[in-house]
Amino acid sequence: MTDYSIEVRVTPRRGILDPQGKAVGGALTSLGFGGVGEVHVGRIIVFSLAAEGEPQARETAQAMCRQLLANPVTEDFRITVSPAESVG
Amino acid sequence: MKIGVVTFPGSNCDYDCYKAVEELLQAEAVYLWHKEHDLQSVDAVFLPGGFSYGDYLRCGAIAAHSPIMREVIEFANAGGPVAGICNGFQILCESGLLPGALVRNRTLKFRSRAVHLRVERAEPPFTSEYEVGQVLRIPIAHGEGCYIADPAVLDELEANGQVAFRYCDAEGNVVPAANPNGSVRNIAGIVNAAGNVLGMMPHPERAVDPLLGSTDGAPVFRALAGHLSVAR
Repeated sequence: MTDYSIEVRVTPRRGILDPQGKAVGGALTSLGFGGVGEVHVGRIIVFSLAAEGEPQARETAQAMCRQLLANPVTEDFRITVSPAESVG
Repeated sequence: MKIGVVTFPGSNCDYDCYKAVEELLQAEAVYLWHKEHDLQSVDAVFLPGGFSYGDYLRCGAIAAHSPIMREVIEFANAGGPVAGICNGFQILCESGLLPGALVRNRTLKFRSRAVHLRVERAEPPFTSEYEVGQVLRIPIAHGEGCYIADPAVLDELEANGQVAFRYCDAEGNVVPAANPNGSVRNIAGIVNAAGNVLGMMPHPERAVDPLLGSTDGAPVFRALAGHLSVAR
């Protein structure tokens, strides 16, 4: 078993109303930042995972996303798997 | 007749549901703790409002996978009546017992006030004491009550008569101005395909006594009691 560091990035699905992103976009514009396009607010979930290999770690993370970490109706997710950094 | 009210950490309308069952129906009510696996042979289950698990991750997401929910899902799939109110509705969607999802109100504001609802479905076990088209006045109190679902799912809900309540004005007109949270098609409550699972954002348990300003929620409880006594 190897430790992997997993990062799951969850964002509101495109086309689904994202009032939070819209409000943040409005605030950025009112601060004077020009050229701000669509803004989306999501979340990042990071954890370490012991697995046989990278494909297994990714597969497990995908199952976690489908069952809990992301809502399949409203959100998209992207998973990044990397070798665990040694915590000193 | 025995009716269970599930208490999750952060539930805050469990007592209201309990009292509605006890005082309105003169029936036995029991609390079901989220960590239990025993439904105590109840005849129906309420998932109450509140902020289960602090709304962490997504509203209802953690509660949907708590121990007691395995039994609630089994009970619902076997035809047992289950009603989720407010946070309970969110939990039902997250658990897959009801389609769609509840997201942040379009206005970004927490809405706490009485709203008008148009009854769209008058069927057992929860809405048979109403008439289709009847206008109710029942409170809402939520920040994430905007119902959304894929267009295909919405069409299926409509075709099967699964929409139970819609936000409307005082005259019963389903108009955008009467929609407090941006829900698609003004949807305030739905049932599953079998009809035994109801999810609604408004709080019928807060409208069961004249002292509370409305008794329009009482028929939800009376309908359930009627249904259970016939089923016996």
